[in-house]
Amino acid sequence: MGKQFQLNSKKNKLRFSVTVTLKKDVLDPQGKVVQNTLLNLGMSNLKNIRQGKFFEIEIDETDQIIAKKKVEEMCQKLLVNLIIEDYKINILK
Amino acid sequence: MKSSVIVFPGSNCDRDIAVALEKLQFKNKMVWHKETSLPKSDLIVIPGGFSYGDYLRSGAIAGKSLIIDEVIKAANSGCLVLGICNGFQILTETGLLKGTLLRNKNLRFINRDVNIKVINNQTKFSSKYKSNQILKINIAHNEGNYFTNSKHLDQLKKDNLIAFKYCDENGNVNESSNPNGALENIAGIYNTKKNILGMMPHPERMVDDIISNTDGINLFSGLIN
Repeated sequence: MGKQFQLNSKKNKLRFSVTVTLKKDVLDPQGKVVQNTLLNLGMSNLKNIRQGKFFEIEIDETDQIIAKKKVEEMCQKLLVNLIIEDYKINILK
Repeated sequence: MKSSVIVFPGSNCDRDIAVALEKLQFKNKMVWHKETSLPKSDLIVIPGGFSYGDYLRSGAIAGKSLIIDEVIKAANSGCLVLGICNGFQILTETGLLKGTLLRNKNLRFINRDVNIKVINNQTKFSSKYKSNQILKINIAHNEGNYFTNSKHLDQLKKDNLIAFKYCDENGNVNESSNPNGALENIAGIYNTKKNILGMMPHPERMVDDIISNTDGINLFSGLIN
């Protein structure tokens, strides 16, 4: 029983990634510090760095559209602060 | 006057605010975040600290906790709500106050006494202060850099919703008197009905001359009357 449940849940699983970044006009002081440090390390052709967050999400669902909508809802409700952040959802194989 | 202080895992200014409130004769109750009902309150305080270890974003997880639905209901029906420091961050995450608190511009945790100016003294929270009065209040935060969109900033100015601004000891509001990079030196704001105040400085730490000063007392004593 337990084994079968595991098999099923594997089959039903859809995986997504969510990348959250600060909006273009929001100052990213952490990104700036990382950039300056890399410049100090001699990465002279470095032009710009923005720091962000990355989430890997597994959804127990077979329908890709429904699952993506769920991830969208997660972003809007909690994962992203829409005032200052943008997000991108990708489907993982 | 009855008050409730909401306590989250990681709150660490909850007892300070309780001491301040009781000193000013509030009948105070501590309310754990898992509660689903609030005691009858005239004032709800969301205290400072590091609720949920600042996971995800400061205030993000606390902003979705069980008790918050009740806080939102009470706030919408006119109850006074005060969010201090992490409490301010939580209020922005619930949407009760607009805008957000970004990482300090200098990337450092700042813990020191700063000067702030009373911008609006026509609210229940500020009626005991003089207009443009300068207060010395402690700040202790890593994310106090207030940010909002230009439309909301215009509304804050037009409707007189800016509560306090960082200034120097002579009251000058400028870049050198801005500790954390906050937009237009904003240290605290009201909602449109002015029953909700969010502020980064800690008035509850300024109620006793023995340990600091008493610049914070008027904020609480104004509410009693």
